[in-house]
Amino acid sequence: MMRLMRGMAEAVAPAFLPCGDSALVLQLGDCIDARVNADIFAIAAAVDAAAIPGLVEIVPSYRSLLVRYDPEIIRGRELEQRLAGFSRPGEGAGKKGRGWSIPVVYGGEVGQDLEEIAAMKDLSPEELVSLHSSVEYRVFMIGFAPGFAYLGGLPPILHTPRLQKPRQYVPAGSIGIGGQQASVNSVAGPSGWRFIGWTPIRVFDPQRAAPFLLAGGDRVRFTSIDPEAGERLAARAAAGETVIEPEEAA
Amino acid sequence: MSVEILAAGPMLTVQDAGRKGLRRFGVSTAGPMDGPAMALANALCGNASDAAALEFAGMGGRFSASCPIRFAVTGGDCDIRVEDRRVLPGESNRLNPGETLKVGAMGDAVWGYIAFAGGIDVPPVLGSRATHLRSGLGGFQGRALRVGAILPLGEDKTVDRCLRLANPLAPEAGGPIRIVLGPQDDYFSVDIIARLTQTEFTVTPQRDRMAMILAGAELPAARGHDTVSDATVPGSIQVPGSHQPMVLMAESQTTGGYPKIATVITPDLPRLAQLPVGARFRFAVVSREEAEEAVIARARTLRARLADLQAKPEGVLQSEYLLSCNLISGVFVSEEFVS
Repeated sequence: MMRLMRGMAEAVAPAFLPCGDSALVLQLGDCIDARVNADIFAIAAAVDAAAIPGLVEIVPSYRSLLVRYDPEIIRGRELEQRLAGFSRPGEGAGKKGRGWSIPVVYGGEVGQDLEEIAAMKDLSPEELVSLHSSVEYRVFMIGFAPGFAYLGGLPPILHTPRLQKPRQYVPAGSIGIGGQQASVNSVAGPSGWRFIGWTPIRVFDPQRAAPFLLAGGDRVRFTSIDPEAGERLAARAAAGETVIEPEEAA
Repeated sequence: MSVEILAAGPMLTVQDAGRKGLRRFGVSTAGPMDGPAMALANALCGNASDAAALEFAGMGGRFSASCPIRFAVTGGDCDIRVEDRRVLPGESNRLNPGETLKVGAMGDAVWGYIAFAGGIDVPPVLGSRATHLRSGLGGFQGRALRVGAILPLGEDKTVDRCLRLANPLAPEAGGPIRIVLGPQDDYFSVDIIARLTQTEFTVTPQRDRMAMILAGAELPAARGHDTVSDATVPGSIQVPGSHQPMVLMAESQTTGGYPKIATVITPDLPRLAQLPVGARFRFAVVSREEAEEAVIARARTLRARLADLQAKPEGVLQSEYLLSCNLISGVFVSEEFVS
């Protein structure tokens, strides 16, 4: 949706911005745009592969890439020169992310905002569920909390402002809506987002060999399941079983 | 081998050098608020600088050990006692089973460190023993320590000697907290950027391991206070809609949606963290190159300092010890003279 609203005039030239003495930012834009985001993840993959000495880590986000470095090994100015070659990926440079189908038990205690949001939108709860599970979401970035995925692609009618007063406790696995974004909460904690259901899938599990389920650029669909099926899957997940597998990148 | 918590000061947590390389997965570095102080505490115990130790805010607590161990307290001046014997911060000392170690209030600093020889051996989570309080990750059950907690210690593989600095620590130079402008300084007018360095800021009580909120000057952003979220680093100065700047610290979240007017340089971030509530200071803008030079110089100084520890003479009467004794009221058994 955001891409359609974006005109050429909004395109911003790649820029290097200083971020203190041990990090810099490569910025490709200043808005939420799937194409800009795909370019960021393409650059991130290329930078990873280049293994530049002194580069400590990278953090890709919606529209920029943070690069942390060790100034005892490489200075910011030199690093910018090394990175300049990565800042204009070719068309289709980014590989398509993995596709995930995440089962959701809509409504209930965790999804306590389902009926209220439906009423706000003049929808039945069933229509809301059908809209929420009708589209493919893009993982724009992982941030805020361990494994927390910012999902873009929420149908515009479901865009809903955050709560005035955040709730102090929202369990891991809650399915949320915050503004134009959707989420699967990765850890329990306070949140001002609104919640319409829960998933038995653990998007973050530090005990697992691969603790983080989702990655930037991945695609996500939600499918409605009944509470009994949810409990069965939750028990399997608790026993350490792999409950869902991605559809591999095309 | 273990240490038991008999009383816990506020924010007593297990920390190590922090989680590395996981910010892209939303995982905060965590780790110490004053990294050089914790590295010194470890070095004084013969530990590697990334060993796990205790961090506390303001006041330490009381501790006992299941076996004879060495410990060191760093961060600032602090009242430290083994039973009633006063020992000094900034050097390692011995604690025997049955004795109580009391770590009192930091006089001139906020964050203190207690290292034990062998390091605290709680299980690593995502490659680190650092506690991240907000997500309940790592450390001891992912939380601050309370009375009754028993912390396992790693094997002490070093020569069993107590150490101290060859030369006492020079007091930390005062002066402004240095910053590099950006990455979103273009959200602010020239006047507001000038206000950032011309006004005195005050440390407010709204501070924790995640961030410090500053008072003193409002910094309204000409282009607004909502950006598309992007990555942050410890030291990022975010300015939310309150116009009050907020400096992100060790436990900061990895991404944020407020414009970041500047970044506190790495060597000055521990100094900012150690300022008490109510302290006033100024920011000074330096270039990225100057900031990088400062990082390199600080790293060299710290390495040299940690390489220059010396064994403490033991088994002889030390003046610090004599000064701490009540010489009038009694007779000391000889073992007590071994500090």
